Amino acid sequence: MSSTAPNNDAKRYVVARKDEIAEGGRIIVKVEDQEVGIYRLNGKFHAILNRCPHLKGPLCLGGVVSEVYSPMPGDIRGNPSKLFVTCPWHNWEFDVDTGQSYWSARGPRARLFPVEIEHGDEVTAELESGSVGRVPGPYKAEVVPVSLEADYLVLTMRGIPRS
Amino acid sequence: MESAVAYIGAKPRPSTWAGPIIDCDVHACVPSINAVLKYQPPLWVETTRERAWKGPSTASIYPPNAETSVRSEWRPESGVAASDVSMLQKHILDLTRSEYAILNCYYAVESLRHPDWAAVLASSVNDWLIENWLEKDSRLRASIVIPGRDPLAAAREIDRVGSHPGFVQVLLPVRSERPYGHRYFWPMFEAMVRHDLVAGIHWGGQTDGAPSPTGWASWHAEEMAAETQVFASQMTSLILEGVFQKFPQLRVSMLEGGFTWLPTWGWNLNKKWKGLRREVPWVNRLPTEIIREHIRFSAVPIDMGPPAHMRKIIEWLESDDMLMFATDYPHLHDDDMDDLLAVMPESMRANVMSETARRWYRL
Ligand code: FES
Repeated sequence: MSSTAPNNDAKRYVVARKDEIAEGGRIIVKVEDQEVGIYRLNGKFHAILNRCPHLKGPLCLGGVVSEVYSPMPGDIRGNPSKLFVTCPWHNWEFDVDTGQSYWSARGPRARLFPVEIEHGDEVTAELESGSVGRVPGPYKAEVVPVSLEADYLVLTMRGIPRS
Repeated sequence: MESAVAYIGAKPRPSTWAGPIIDCDVHACVPSINAVLKYQPPLWVETTRERAWKGPSTASIYPPNAETSVRSEWRPESGVAASDVSMLQKHILDLTRSEYAILNCYYAVESLRHPDWAAVLASSVNDWLIENWLEKDSRLRASIVIPGRDPLAAAREIDRVGSHPGFVQVLLPVRSERPYGHRYFWPMFEAMVRHDLVAGIHWGGQTDGAPSPTGWASWHAEEMAAETQVFASQMTSLILEGVFQKFPQLRVSMLEGGFTWLPTWGWNLNKKWKGLRREVPWVNRLPTEIIREHIRFSAVPIDMGPPAHMRKIIEWLESDDMLMFATDYPHLHDDDMDDLLAVMPESMRANVMSETARRWYRL
């Protein structure tokens, strides 16, 4: 796909087949010259811009961790249902649901995008009408092929920040 | 009235400051073990005599003949400097016209390893301070001396004298057996909070730890310069161990450790915390915010650099409620308080000279 900047209109792209990402897994796709990490975590899909809001580190190359908090020294608690991506550069944690940095509610947020699951026949129709684009992944040679039977992940991009 | 006596710079009090002064660090020195024996039970007096023990020595921390230990104008004809309230009055209080001065008596109690004896020794120093200093001059407040190797005994001593209105602080020598943030010390902090006392981390300490985080200095000059690192280590420990989450009312003063290092050390701590906070999850806000709420610094030594740079350091403190004036009598510091006042915003001067200490010590 060729990009048309600046892009404030929502554009939708089929980025992967649902079963290409295992639970806990992550792929990185390139859309509109931007890299986006697509995660499958606790059964949900998340799309996060692979650019850290701190100093532009490759956020999606870091880890995924659950929340650790403590009301008092010696009382360490974990919350496995709340997840964060950690940036490989300075290890800041960003909430996968809100993009918020753990250490500062006021600080810069990781950029999130909606990602939906659509069935192949729907996707095929949308591809034909041009309302959905195809995306070649940077780590895959091919454009995502679409077949009628499978489920697909469709990413909505709006106002893509330029690097 | 004004004499040529110098204490900080060349003036008895800063010439650019006419307002009230609270001196948050002056010293009382135990002149000899005999001065405190009268406050000890006979058994310990006998033990002292039996062993011909002369009491702890502070000579390695404050070499007696060094000008840095005692400014020459303040050396008595005979005897030990700063060992009697009349010396303090004549040399400092009457000249600075300080409203209050906070006495810190570093007697190296922690150098005595016998746990019961050390506790008795600490108690006797506190009783000596009450009778010979606090009861002699209403301008004086003091720090409680504790047996630093035994936090439970320290807590008992704090409970014993903590409600005396003259005590506003507990003296913690900056060099300790282990970092003060460790949970091992918490009973001591709990006792301080119980009596609304400040923890005063002050130059000194003769436990097993070397005077720098990496070992023993070869030179006294090296030790003098390197002690700043120990202050930074103690502050880091208190913050990361979560002492201020455990004891939200705790106030800590860093005394005689300088302050110019604080802004950059704070940035360092903030940065590490942002990325590594999962390991210390009780630290739930920026370390510099915790410092601004819980820690104050004596403005001595100033370690004065060029004024333009000092102005930046003051700005980087991001608070005009952080520093407290001190003479550190009878030690010599050759920084001039007027120079520091000159690089401060107007709003900060009254705080530094008196108001921060007034609030901090509830004076
Ligand atoms: S660039 Fe991501 S945490 Fe600094």
